[in-house]
Amino acid sequence: MDKRDILHKFPPLMENVLLILHEFQNSNPQHYLSEDDLAMIAGYLNVPCSSVYGVASYYTMFSLVPRGQHIIRVCDSPVCQMADSEDIAAKLRGHLGVDVGATTADGLFTLETTECLGQCDSAPGMSIDAQYYGNLTAAKIETILQIYQNKNRARGK
Amino acid sequence: MLEHRIALKNAGRINPASIDEYIAAGGYNALKQALQMPPEKIVYELIQSGLRGRGGAGFSTGMKKKFTSEAACILLECMRYIVCNADEGEPGTFKDRIIMEQDPHLLLEGMIIAAYAVGAGKGYIYIRGEYHHSIDMIRKALESAVKRGFLGDNILGSGYSLDIGVKLGGGSYLCGEEFTLLESIEGKRGYPRIKPPYPAEKGLFDMPTLINNVETLCHIPAIILKGSGWYKGLGTDRSPGTKIFSISGDVKNPGYFEVEMGISLKELIYNLAGGIKDNKKFKTALIGGAAGTFVPESFLSVSMEFDSLQQKDAVLGSGAVIVMAEDKSILDMLHSILRFFGHESCGKCVPCRVGTQQLLILLEKIIANGDRNGSGLDALLKQSELMAQTSLCPLGQSPVLPIKSAIRHFRKELINPPRKTAHKGS
Repeated sequence: MDKRDILHKFPPLMENVLLILHEFQNSNPQHYLSEDDLAMIAGYLNVPCSSVYGVASYYTMFSLVPRGQHIIRVCDSPVCQMADSEDIAAKLRGHLGVDVGATTADGLFTLETTECLGQCDSAPGMSIDAQYYGNLTAAKIETILQIYQNKNRARGK
Repeated sequence: MLEHRIALKNAGRINPASIDEYIAAGGYNALKQALQMPPEKIVYELIQSGLRGRGGAGFSTGMKKKFTSEAACILLECMRYIVCNADEGEPGTFKDRIIMEQDPHLLLEGMIIAAYAVGAGKGYIYIRGEYHHSIDMIRKALESAVKRGFLGDNILGSGYSLDIGVKLGGGSYLCGEEFTLLESIEGKRGYPRIKPPYPAEKGLFDMPTLINNVETLCHIPAIILKGSGWYKGLGTDRSPGTKIFSISGDVKNPGYFEVEMGISLKELIYNLAGGIKDNKKFKTALIGGAAGTFVPESFLSVSMEFDSLQQKDAVLGSGAVIVMAEDKSILDMLHSILRFFGHESCGKCVPCRVGTQQLLILLEKIIANGDRNGSGLDALLKQSELMAQTSLCPLGQSPVLPIKSAIRHFRKELINPPRKTAHKGS
């Protein structure tokens, strides 16, 4: 969707800024908010750019730097940690060859951690974009990543 | 066998995307009945029912409504708001997600009745941004409720109008705190406000605002249909009704269970969640999430309701029960909790901003060097008590709960931790 169309879905009130930021970020293939985005939103809401930046930089779901096609968020909360989520994060780091916070060289994945995803009955868990995966094991992670990699390869052909 | 479902009565039984199935299961009958009642009568019924907030604080739901509906409007154009707190982020808690995913119309029905009771003309459901499926389900449910005339202008011909919108969080635990949540709805950074005044007087956009948790609102339709007397007969005298417990950790069958208040911790863990997994022994349960308290084996017989737990210096909180088996380390769990608070502190007030980091430093020192004479633990406790006295909002006031209870019940282990078999992670 065109960014202008996103803006015009909402009345130009500051109370809509989080909804607008979410939609801007989701519409960007690199899942982030650029400086131009923030300026454009500020202009529409008729507030200083710093107000929009202040909100965008506070909430952890927003990124101000380009990210990969898929965002992996490993749950880092006490329950998942108890279920060895650190091993899961280590496995992901190994598989993807990147640290937490970084994007793979092919631009397919960004690896992040997140606080409690509210899925504690299937700890350890993670989300990839809007999809949740629970009861993770090393083997399961490989299968899940493969699905996304295959999809990407098919798209490339 | 032990479950008694009110908020979860339709969960898993009807297609949550179908308003017809909800109606066929008796849905929206309570709304029809409520619209025939004077709003004060609904407030009175809720006070009589003894329903207490299920978000963690346990305040009387009826009294909250009374305060909101009676709040004097100083401004000429007075608007009353209703806000549903669906920013479920307390570690170990997943009950509100289940309701939103499996029975979104029950939440809407309860919210519309509550809004009518306090005379609210506009409502918001604030859902955490990570709950993608809940967001979809609630948005669809709102759309179909408006189509059927349960929401919008002149609801079911009653002359009462209400508009409800969805607002999304952006990944901030603190936004589950009521004032921070209001700031976030207004499109600001998630910083708490100084209280009083409370939201009932001066809430969203400085107007009288009723804020209720998802689970709380889901009790209202049943109370309207069956009466406060029926509701008061469930649970215990001072904590009537049912409660959803989210059980996670070292149990055979982790999950969510709605039971009458006052069930014992033992019944929850052993009868409903299947007992400790791998035939290990129970060590502790962290009740209420990160902002909760550790309880030892001697608490297994304690009655799970607001006051019994409070009398024993424990909290019910959101109803999270994180079970730890004999081989789990209290020190590791505390570390995980304090990292969580350190990460989520917003930085607005000094005691919490600096304090959460200090707590981490103190604990990491204990982990690295041991604490044979207990002076490290004393410093940790003192620091957390200071934070509880001086912090602006519940986040900075909370670390004392897990710290104090861990020290009270597991001092020996904290001073002399069992040797670790292997270092986890890398």
